Amino acid sequence: MSLSGQGAGEERANPGASADVTAEAVNFLRERPSLMILSLEEMAEMAKKLRRHVIKMTGKAGSGHPGGSLSAAEIITALYFKYLRHNPANPCWEDRDRFVLSKGHAAPLLYAALAESGYFDVGELATLRALGSCLQGHCDMTATLGVEMSSGSLGQGLSFGIGIALASRLDSRDYRVYILLGDGECDEGQVWEAAMASAHFKLDNLVAIIDHNKQQIDGWNREVMNIEPLAEKWKAFGWHTIEVDGHDLSQLITAFDEAKQVKGRPTAVIAHTIKGKGVSFMENNPEFHGRAPTAAEVERALEELK
Amino acid sequence: MEQSTREAYGETLVELGEENPDIVVLDADLSKSTMTRLFAEKFPGRFFDCGIAEQNMIGIAAGLAASGKTVFASTFAVFAPGRCFDQIRMSIAQPGLNVKIVTSHGGITVGEDGTSHHAIEDLALACSFPGFSVVVPADAAEVAQAVRAAAQTYGPFYIRLSRPKTPLVYAADYRFNLGKAATLREGKDVTVIGMGIMVAFALEAAQNLARDGIDCRVLSMSTLKPLDEDAIAKAARETGAIVTAEEHIRRGGLGSTVAQVVAEQQPVPMSFIAINDTYVRSGKPGELLQEQGLTAARIEDAARSLVLNKSR
Repeated sequence: MSLSGQGAGEERANPGASADVTAEAVNFLRERPSLMILSLEEMAEMAKKLRRHVIKMTGKAGSGHPGGSLSAAEIITALYFKYLRHNPANPCWEDRDRFVLSKGHAAPLLYAALAESGYFDVGELATLRALGSCLQGHCDMTATLGVEMSSGSLGQGLSFGIGIALASRLDSRDYRVYILLGDGECDEGQVWEAAMASAHFKLDNLVAIIDHNKQQIDGWNREVMNIEPLAEKWKAFGWHTIEVDGHDLSQLITAFDEAKQVKGRPTAVIAHTIKGKGVSFMENNPEFHGRAPTAAEVERALEELK
Repeated sequence: MEQSTREAYGETLVELGEENPDIVVLDADLSKSTMTRLFAEKFPGRFFDCGIAEQNMIGIAAGLAASGKTVFASTFAVFAPGRCFDQIRMSIAQPGLNVKIVTSHGGITVGEDGTSHHAIEDLALACSFPGFSVVVPADAAEVAQAVRAAAQTYGPFYIRLSRPKTPLVYAADYRFNLGKAATLREGKDVTVIGMGIMVAFALEAAQNLARDGIDCRVLSMSTLKPLDEDAIAKAARETGAIVTAEEHIRRGGLGSTVAQVVAEQQPVPMSFIAINDTYVRSGKPGELLQEQGLTAARIEDAARSLVLNKSR
């Protein structure tokens, strides 16, 4: 792993830095979206690391949502450690790409990625859900550096993302917006209001990623509320739609690359995933949508995630 | 003289749009009614019609505000905050974003459209959001000032306007102060605290009471939140009786909010002119106000009773 972007972040944070160096740093960030340039193998390792964090965090907190965090580990890894233009040393950088976690219950995963990116100390992760912690049970943009939206009440993130995408366009900036939704979340009518509006406003700077793990709290999507055909729905709403294996980092990156080339409409990446991915007894087990692992389960899970 | 509060809103938005390039306006397919159309015609690039999708509009407003814009989002008062309560709660109120929800067609003076279009619970809902400022201007002149104040004050606002034209109640030199009640008439026997269209009725009632030698103070409480507690406590202390008058249900609006202050700081007898715990049906605005007892005569009766009971 090369921390080649770290210097750029330091330069920006240093008020004494010369204009030339700052401009160079900005250019560096523009060309290479992430501070950390990881190889595919290193990214796979990072996804596993994030999963370990999720297990430890929810286990320690005694509550939380491991299943939908584990399913999105590669998606978040691809974004934070490869794709997003962001700078942990300057979380409010106006030109940063925005990532909105609409499925706010996957907060532990996002917190892990933010900590590993350098927004705050990895040690903070152990305080998830504790009184006074900056890591709230669901995403809180007023509590956590790097969190772009307060979420947890499902269905609202895409609308929020539209607002950001419109602002990017109004200000003639080139930052992009990535929104991660759950598939169960797509039961919410507001998602489709927003889907219609994103296409209407021709937001080609907006990418919605649907973590299609096929399960929600009460069980399989198809039994609780059938959302299929999901990809066809997004297509019918006017979106460029790409289906990928959501655990395949190179497929995810290729999809984000493709989205960047699409003009005049938003892109939906339907990421086929497995709920609880990476821990055998959590995979495809809706029980772990909203239940934390016991101490013994944490131990078993970490053993599997070595 | 009567003027339209929503026209005043649209005209003020145009002025603000000229002054501040970061002002963005949203509507949900009612721009011709809320009068945001005036802004849309002048600044088409900074106006977004979100269609008949209020929840989505609220989220878009929040995202724009999170990206540095001052956002005005408009629809009918019955659709926001009511239809998008949770969207306002999580996307705007919790982070305290700079969104101004300005609605027209507040209360029952919407009239003939009937129950589905009567906003009678909106103020209770809006006041329940921590950090929100809630304003109900009493006339068109105050709308212009309140909308301007909202644009200049960072944070979320709910501002409620009316459908019909309403009488001008303030003197020409009146200056709106967010969070401050306006004393429109001094008095020592009883105070009527009015809000929105009820302020004009309160003034009329006070004039009638004066003929009987009852000296009635009239306060216009155009900011419901943050509430001018000092003006309320002072009125209770100095006049010993308070009548509230509002175009809203009894619970959660002006009356119960004022009563909390009175109960805590200076308990005095009170009387509440408001819509009772019921939905109202179609009718002409004047007929509905009459039916619900939202009239100068009812305010007058209530004030008279309180004064009489004091002297017993």
